[in-house]
Amino acid sequence: MATREEIVDRCQELYDDLNFTSARAWKDAEAGRHVIGFMPMYVPREIIHAAGMLPLGILGGGDQLEVIQGDAYYQSYICRIPRSTIELLLTERLNFVDGMLFPSICDVIRNLSGMWKLLRPDVYAHYFDVPQNYLRDVGGEFYIHELNVLKEGLEKISGRKVTDEALKNSITLYNENRKLTRELYKFRAEKPWLAPSSEIYLINRAGMLIPVEDHNVLIRDYINAAREEDRPKRDNSRVVLSGSFCEQPPLNLIKSIEMAGCYVVDDDYMLVNRWFTKEVPTDCDPMEALSYTFLEASVKMPSCFEPNEDIKGQFLVDTVRENGAEGVIFAAASFCDPALLERPILQDVLNLAEIPHVSFKYSENTGQMQPIREQAGTFADSIKLWS
Amino acid sequence: MSAPIRKPSTDVQKDASMAKQKAMIDSNFDRLGNVKNSGEKVSYTFVPGNLNELVMCFDMVGNYPEINAIQNGLRKTSGGMIMEAEKWGHSEDVCTYVKADIGMMRKGNIGPTGQPIPEPDILMLSYTGCYTFLKWFELLRHDYKCETAMLHVPYTGDGVITKSMIDYVVKQLKEEVIPKYEKVSGVKFDIDRLRQNLAYSAQAEDDFVWVLESAKNKPSPIDAYFGGIYYIGPIFTAFRGTDLAVDYYKTLRTEIEERIRKGQGPITPEGEMKNEKYRIVTEGPPNYTSMREFWKMFYDEGAVVVASTYTKVGGTYDFGFRHDPSRPLESLAEYCLNCYTNRNLPERTRMLESYINNYEADGLLINSIKSCNSFAAGELMMMREVEKRTGKPAAFVETDLVDPRYFSAANVKNRLESYFQMIDQKRRAGV
Repeated sequence: MATREEIVDRCQELYDDLNFTSARAWKDAEAGRHVIGFMPMYVPREIIHAAGMLPLGILGGGDQLEVIQGDAYYQSYICRIPRSTIELLLTERLNFVDGMLFPSICDVIRNLSGMWKLLRPDVYAHYFDVPQNYLRDVGGEFYIHELNVLKEGLEKISGRKVTDEALKNSITLYNENRKLTRELYKFRAEKPWLAPSSEIYLINRAGMLIPVEDHNVLIRDYINAAREEDRPKRDNSRVVLSGSFCEQPPLNLIKSIEMAGCYVVDDDYMLVNRWFTKEVPTDCDPMEALSYTFLEASVKMPSCFEPNEDIKGQFLVDTVRENGAEGVIFAAASFCDPALLERPILQDVLNLAEIPHVSFKYSENTGQMQPIREQAGTFADSIKLWS
Repeated sequence: MSAPIRKPSTDVQKDASMAKQKAMIDSNFDRLGNVKNSGEKVSYTFVPGNLNELVMCFDMVGNYPEINAIQNGLRKTSGGMIMEAEKWGHSEDVCTYVKADIGMMRKGNIGPTGQPIPEPDILMLSYTGCYTFLKWFELLRHDYKCETAMLHVPYTGDGVITKSMIDYVVKQLKEEVIPKYEKVSGVKFDIDRLRQNLAYSAQAEDDFVWVLESAKNKPSPIDAYFGGIYYIGPIFTAFRGTDLAVDYYKTLRTEIEERIRKGQGPITPEGEMKNEKYRIVTEGPPNYTSMREFWKMFYDEGAVVVASTYTKVGGTYDFGFRHDPSRPLESLAEYCLNCYTNRNLPERTRMLESYINNYEADGLLINSIKSCNSFAAGELMMMREVEKRTGKPAAFVETDLVDPRYFSAANVKNRLESYFQMIDQKRRAGV
């Protein structure tokens, strides 16, 4: 079995590779294989997998990509992820992708779907809508239709039908992936000194790039290897990180928060890998199963409407309590509408629950970590001294 | 060197329709300010995807937070409100409509006309073409703890309105929106009343489209952006679906017919624009805090806006849509789905291209708004595409809706003057 360092090194290599060599290799390994890119938040990867394709998470260009052409497409007051995504497209790093999905996370990603259509009319690009009405016969029915539209779009690319059997098999695999991801998070929350957030991040990020079967093995191996190690336990404050569900912070920022004295015991990076809070059933119609699970067992996040004001923001209090956290760090990408518009409500809910919090913004290419470290460090100290 | 910026004259010339429009908008503020006496229930909603014909079926008075922000912007009071909201933790990065609204609330909720804005009995969250709407009303609900009806209008990402989308919206109207309005208002829904309101809408829409299309004349008798903002007032807000709106658009049409007959240009705040030199299509909302100054930069140069996308945020009637009393709920669904920012970028680009061609415009000007990602994200791409397809020059200026901190008059004027020179050069070159 690989050691923890070996597993993390492999994930780091995947993370650093802006040419998506691993996904290209997967595609080239067999004739007729296809790769479907998707932007952050949520897409039903089960359908892509059942179509025999590789879902590939496109989470921007990070801090190693020099954005030149992408900047010419966006004003200064728009976040960085769409411009680095355009840069990836225009520099041919994504020329092997057979389709792109743009979930309904915000207006910027929504409009990026149209830009993709204009820039690459030859490649399948689909705005993937999810319901904001959570009644089965209303939003559920609409969503089943949307799922079928996606399935048919993929069938056109592959030239073959997606069967219910294949869908059920894929749902089983992704149920396992979500279960393992939750185990990984639980492991970190219990023993954060054995599973630093930067490593958990890399493990999850690898799941955006490799087949789910391989990722399931990888998570299991990491937990087993990390559990066996003896790493020093520090007197850090336990915090939940909120607001980083789309544009990703640079890895150095994640490391900086820990170095400043915080154990991150929960976060909202890459929610797609733990979007459902329960298993998707495999003993019924698979599209209904995916639809109804979405309606009834999705994580709470700002891009989705919360119909019940009484529980608005409560998820954050719950995760603080469940994970024994002592505070919340709001880390949102600059100009991120969902995170920044939601933040005052969440702060209010935390205030009522007497949970301390601090806020800062970043962009995926933030280079100066000192201010972050000072802010997170002061927050960690204040928790230790005053909470 | 750029010509000095001259302040607009304080004497404003208005034609009869403008006075009528102002009286209508003011009357809604009067109604809102008087609910304590009248006992009317209050419904808040947005301009794009507003369901005024339906709301009126429940005898409720509509409040439009965007309109409040605009009116506060025009009266130059929005800046303080925005800073008030920022003081309460709202990010400097987000929509200034939202912050002007929250700031107004925090300062005592006195509306632009000096009358109190009553608390909502229901928030009609019509999630149409703008993600921020969703958060905006969650923020208001968090403070008011009132009933909220969510209407999710799917984005037309593939450029088409499907039956599934219409069915979804209609079902929400039946199962979510109408029952909540019945509960809050105590009034039973009457579909015949809705049909009557929709019939009024369709009548007004015919005249409204005629007004917009009058800009195809040379000279154009209207300015379809700065003047257009006045024209859209009644139909985009509390008056669509009323006989008052029908009457307003008839009056407006008569006025414009007269201007066409006399070969007159648009009425600006400083009188008739005599010499039409440039015919421009605009994309994006205007700046409201310095609107007269902004407009003056156009009419001083002889530039008239012949078509704008902003006047389509509350409905793209010029592409054929009309409210239809024979299909009341389906028609409301189609209306919402058709709003400009609910259209995908290729469709929006095609729309601009058609305006350039059909209105024989000299070019495209994009006023990119810092606050509004729904409009702004992708506009640079649209600009390139329109230039490529039409061969007409395009320009890009950046301002904000109601935040005075983001209007730099000298920069905007400089850009506009360079742009008009570019058009001159293209003309000389025979393009």
